[in-house]
Amino acid sequence: MIKINDLSKRFETKSGAIDAVDGVSLTIDEGQIYGIMGYSGAGKSTLVRCINFLEYPDSGSIEIDGFGKISCENGLLTLEKGESRTRLTEKDLRALRRSIGMIFQHFNLFDRRTVFENIAYPLRYSKKTKEQISSRVDELLKLVALEDKRDAYPSQLSGGQKQRVAIARALANDPKILLSDEATSALDPEATDQILQLLRDLNRKLGLTIVIITHEMAVIKAICSRVAVMEDGRVVEEGPVYDVFSDPRQKITRRFTEASSGLGKLGKLIDSGAVSLEESGERKLIRFTYTRDTVGKPLISTVSRQFGVDVNLLLANVDVVADRALGGIAAEISGEKEAVAAALEYIKNCGVRAEVIENE
Amino acid sequence: MSELFISMFPNAANYWDRFLESMEATFQMFFIAGVLTMAIGGTFGVLLIVTRPGGIRPNRIVHTVLEAVTNIFRSIPFIILLIFLIPFTRLIVGTSIGVRGAVVPLVFGAVPFFTRQVESALSDVDPGKIEAARAMGSGIWGMIFRVYLKEALPDLIRVVTITAISTIGLSTSAGAVGAGGIGSFAINYGQNMHYQDIVNLCVILLLIIVSLIQIIGNTLARKTYNRELFKK
Repeated sequence: MIKINDLSKRFETKSGAIDAVDGVSLTIDEGQIYGIMGYSGAGKSTLVRCINFLEYPDSGSIEIDGFGKISCENGLLTLEKGESRTRLTEKDLRALRRSIGMIFQHFNLFDRRTVFENIAYPLRYSKKTKEQISSRVDELLKLVALEDKRDAYPSQLSGGQKQRVAIARALANDPKILLSDEATSALDPEATDQILQLLRDLNRKLGLTIVIITHEMAVIKAICSRVAVMEDGRVVEEGPVYDVFSDPRQKITRRFTEASSGLGKLGKLIDSGAVSLEESGERKLIRFTYTRDTVGKPLISTVSRQFGVDVNLLLANVDVVADRALGGIAAEISGEKEAVAAALEYIKNCGVRAEVIENE
Repeated sequence: MSELFISMFPNAANYWDRFLESMEATFQMFFIAGVLTMAIGGTFGVLLIVTRPGGIRPNRIVHTVLEAVTNIFRSIPFIILLIFLIPFTRLIVGTSIGVRGAVVPLVFGAVPFFTRQVESALSDVDPGKIEAARAMGSGIWGMIFRVYLKEALPDLIRVVTITAISTIGLSTSAGAVGAGGIGSFAINYGQNMHYQDIVNLCVILLLIIVSLIQIIGNTLARKTYNRELFKK
C-alpha cells in the first residue's frame, strides 16, 4: 500500500541542520494498522507528513498504491508510473492528499463551522451535488455515531467527539489510507479507548490502512499489528508488534516496554537500595520475559522444586500486546551456584528469556 | 429648523448649507478612502500572512518589501504625510485639495494601519487548521478564503471597525490642509471665526458617527462570534 524507500528530510535551523528523517525505509501493507513510535523529536511526525507530502522529502521515494511511485530529489518530485515520468506540482499533490485522510492531536476542526460543515469541507472538492454531499455527511455522522451533533459547533463537543468529527471529515472522500498524528494524545483514557476502538472498526469495516504515530506504547499495543520505533530520524527497530515488544533489541524500545509494563520500576528499587545488585555466586537478579504460550506455565514453582533454588519475586506483570499475552518478571534466584545455573538453563529451554540484570 | 437648534447653534444655522456640504465631503472621503483601504490593506494583510516564513507560500522578497513599506508609512505622522504626498497626489489625481486630493493621503495613512490589523487578526488563526485544510487538498485560495478569512471573520469585522473610526479621524486632519469636510469646517468657521458653537456641533456630529460605526461593528462581530461562544 505504502512503500517508503530511503527517505530523508533535513531542516535547516539557526542552530544547524537537523535530519528529521534520515534514510527511512518502510513497507505498510494494505489493511494494516501500522504504528510509528518514538519520543517527540524523533522525526515520526515529519515522516508521516511526507506520506501525504505536507512536507516535501529531500531524497528517497514513496510508492502509494493507486497513485504511483514518487521520487524526490532536491525538493523536486517525479511521479513514475510504468514508463512515464512526470514532474509533480503542488496542484497534483492536492489530488493525492484528497485520497489520504489525516487526523491530528488537536483535532484542527474549523471553529466557525458546524459539525456538518466541517465534514462537508473536503466534499467541496469532489464533484458531488448539494444533496449528495448532505447524504454523504449523514452517512459519515452515522459511521462515527454523532448523528445528534450534526448542527453543533466544535466548542460544544468533548475532545473525543471532536476527534470523531475529525475522523469523519478525514474519511469524507473515501480514502484508502488514514494518517493519525498523535490523535489520542490530547484525550482522556476513556475517549482514547473509544477512538482506538473506532479506528479498529473502520480498519475492519472499510479495509482502511491506518498509519498511527504516537509516543504512547499503549496505543500501539492496543491496535497496531506492526510497529516501527524511531529515534533521531531513523527507524531503529521494526516488525510485528508482539515480536518487537517481547524481544526489544534497542535501548529505546526497552525503555518503552519497561515503562509500559512497570518493570522499569526495578531501576528505582535498585536506586533506593531495596534491591541489591551485588552479585554473588549463588544470588542473581534476573529479568524473565514470558512470551506466547509460556505465560501459562507454572515455571517458578517447577524450578524451585526441581533445582532446589529460592526464587524471590520482585516485580511481575502480564500485558496484552496485539491480542496476545506478554509477561515480565523480575526475580532474585539464590542457591547453589550449579543449581542456579542449571535452573537458568532450564528456564531458557522452556522458551522464556532470562537476562541477568547488571549495573548499567 | 427648530427654534431650539437655532438658539443653541446660531452660527451653525447661519452656515447650514456649508455645514451640509462639508458633511457630504466627509462622507465621500470616508467611503472612497475606506473602500480603497479595505481592498488594498486587506490584500496586503493577506499577502503578509501568505508570504511570511512558514506561511502557505513563503516569499522572502515580497514579505520583506511589504513589511518595510508598511513600517515606513506607519511611522510618519499623518499631518506630515499629508504635506509630503502633495506632489505625488497632484501627479495621480491632478489636484491636492478637495475630496479627490484627500483620498490619496488618506489611503496612504490608513492602509498600513489596516494591513497590520488584518495581519494580526489572521495570524491568530490556528496553523493546525491550515494544515488540516492542506491535508484535505485545499489550495492556496481555499486556505485563504475557506479557512483564514472565514475563521478570522469576527476579528476582521472588529479590525474594519477600528480602521473606519481612525479613517474618520484622519479625514478631519486632512481638512487642515484643504481637504474640505467636517475638519476644515470646524477650523475655518469654528476656530478662525471664533464661532464656538460650530466647533461644538462638529464634535457632536463626529461623536454620533463614531458611535454608530462602533455599534454596527460590535453587533456584526457579536453575530458572527456568537456561534463560537454558544457553548454551555
